[in-house]
Amino acid sequence: MIRGLPEEEFFASGHRACAGCGAPIAIRHILKAAGKNTIVVQATGCMEVVSSPYPQTAWEIPWIHAAFETAASTASGVWRALKMQGRENINVVAFGGDGATYDIGFGAISGAFERGENFLYVCNENGAYMNTGIQRSSATPFGASATTTPAGKKIPGKREFKKPVPFIMAAHGAPYVATATVADPNDIFNKAKKGLETKGPCYLEVFSPCPTGWHSDSAKSIEIARLAVETRIYPLFEIINGRVKITRDVPEPKPVEEYLKTQGRFKHLGSEDIKTIQQRVNETWEKLKKMEESGCKY
Amino acid sequence: MTEMVVEASMALALGAKLCRPKVIPMYPITPQTHIVERLADFINNGEMEAEMIHVESEHSALAAFIGSEAAGVRTYTATSSQGLALMYEILPIVSGNRMPGVMSVANRALSAPINIWNDHSDAVSARDQGWIQLFVESTQEAIDTTIQLYKICENHEVLLPGMVCIDGFTLSHVCERAIVPEQEAVDEFLPEYKPKIMLDPEKPVSIGPIAFPDSFMEFKKQQQEAMEKALPLIGKVHDEFAKKFGRSYGNGLLEQYRMDDAEYALIGMGTLTGTARVAVDEMRKEGKKVGLIKLKSLRPFPKEELIKATEKLQGLAVIDRHFSLGFEGPLYTDTRSALYGKGIRIKNFIAGLGGRDIDIKRLKKALNDTINGKEGGWLL
Ligand SMILES: Cc1ncc(C[n+]2csc(CCOP(=O)(O)OP(=O)(O)O)c2C)c(N)n1
Ligand SMILES: [Mg+2]
Repeated sequence: MIRGLPEEEFFASGHRACAGCGAPIAIRHILKAAGKNTIVVQATGCMEVVSSPYPQTAWEIPWIHAAFETAASTASGVWRALKMQGRENINVVAFGGDGATYDIGFGAISGAFERGENFLYVCNENGAYMNTGIQRSSATPFGASATTTPAGKKIPGKREFKKPVPFIMAAHGAPYVATATVADPNDIFNKAKKGLETKGPCYLEVFSPCPTGWHSDSAKSIEIARLAVETRIYPLFEIINGRVKITRDVPEPKPVEEYLKTQGRFKHLGSEDIKTIQQRVNETWEKLKKMEESGCKY
Repeated sequence: MTEMVVEASMALALGAKLCRPKVIPMYPITPQTHIVERLADFINNGEMEAEMIHVESEHSALAAFIGSEAAGVRTYTATSSQGLALMYEILPIVSGNRMPGVMSVANRALSAPINIWNDHSDAVSARDQGWIQLFVESTQEAIDTTIQLYKICENHEVLLPGMVCIDGFTLSHVCERAIVPEQEAVDEFLPEYKPKIMLDPEKPVSIGPIAFPDSFMEFKKQQQEAMEKALPLIGKVHDEFAKKFGRSYGNGLLEQYRMDDAEYALIGMGTLTGTARVAVDEMRKEGKKVGLIKLKSLRPFPKEELIKATEKLQGLAVIDRHFSLGFEGPLYTDTRSALYGKGIRIKNFIAGLGGRDIDIKRLKKALNDTINGKEGGWLL
């Protein structure tokens, strides 16, 4: 319980997520922001599997799951039906993992945002296809060892950088885009609220540690998420009607190494790769700052 | 009641409109395009109260279809060929979650080679995914079947999705005389959709859970039980419709033509049965006791009705507009299985793939070969 946030829970305890999983924290606080009058549409992935083992369910509000790549398209159908029924007062929240969002469902999300459907799309970004055993996604960070980009003798983990999906969603003309981490539930709550109060398709991404996939200490998920912000690995910002606003400045960033060393998926990395990561982090941050300062619109 | 000469696609759009679907997610593909274009006209001209979702793919069309059905409104879509193939992943999710919407399929060959013309490979390949599949012969039957199918699918004992299969081009783009029923009469016949469960914050439900090996088979068995209940209901709704609107199509499941004293018969689906009627007439003039069975309901399959219809037959020529590569025509497989042990000579003819004409000559050859004890084959 966090002081100042609603007490009522819509995602029940007793779900089957691993110890230290970030996703339930994200879901709980987004649903606190959304309240009872909400319909959730979920993509296939860890959160669907752990929350809905028939005949049990962790969802205390109406919930539907269709397929892996369909959260945005099914949510579109839900929203249009609500519109026809005069039930537009109901919130529609679509949840997908990074695989569902960055990769397989991306076309459907792009379509829904282009059409201006009225829902909040939430990506639980844990940096791999965790449900199927930690395979690489296009959100997997550079250098990370995943089961399909293993740290081998010849190729030491993933060689590509993450796809910048929040910016791509802003480029669609989304009125509200934001990033958050599970280290700050208040921030999740506030950003979800803004996304829900803004008409049109909004995108919220929550950075969410996965101890099973990251080979990290399950007691340290919150610390690791905080470190991701403090090292500028995961910048926190909003893009409101195309204007970037950094919501948590990091004037004195810690070196990325401090973050990388908390997780087994990076333990093979040599100094060259760590340098590459640090460089990329610096560049991304600079770009973000410039966007914020210039006030130019996406 | 309006009588008009109209392209089947337009008629089908009118038929769909009469059912008052509230959401229409759709993605265009030849030869389905004219149906959704007409629906877009109706909506944009204020003649129809519905939301069209201009999705970016057929996959999303069917995923949106689930969402809107689950939120409690009658939903319609239409597709063909590659579009249906792209929907394939979602077909069993619609039926498994018991969403009773209707989709028109303007049947077209599956690529490759790419081909826009008619055969049944798209719908028949999707046969096992829990959708009621009704194949129609004419524009009028397409309209009437759409109206009936919503009523069948939405019955709380059934709750299954359904496809109305119309032959691409040979029906979809053909102009025919058709009677468009009055809205009032259709409203009486097909009341507003009342979902059994829906996404409602006042009564929260979870739809689409993960089922483990200890419960999965029960879900599937219930779907089969729903199919078994759908079978007589298709006939019942058909009869009700006939009584109210004065038009009927056999018993709603299959239709017989000159079968009373027939010794040999053709069986097939869709527009080829129109040509087959002429082939039968010509052979009757030659003194041959032949008839036709038009199979309308591929799923659920009317086994008992077929046994009854073929009781007096010596031979049956099955015309398949699709081929299960590596084996035989799927309609042949189904027919032989249904008539196993009945002592009827059954031959398989593959015809009309990718829009190849199925003419009177070919159909007469199929019947004559069956009469003469020859083997079936490809009617190239
Ligand atoms: C069409 C399809 N392809 C593949 C899968 C297998 N699959 C299920 S969940 C999943 C990965 C989910 O990853 P993500 O979206 O990141 O969610 P996470 O489990 O990490 O929370 C995969 C590959 C599937 N269910 N459907
Ligand atoms: Mg993931």
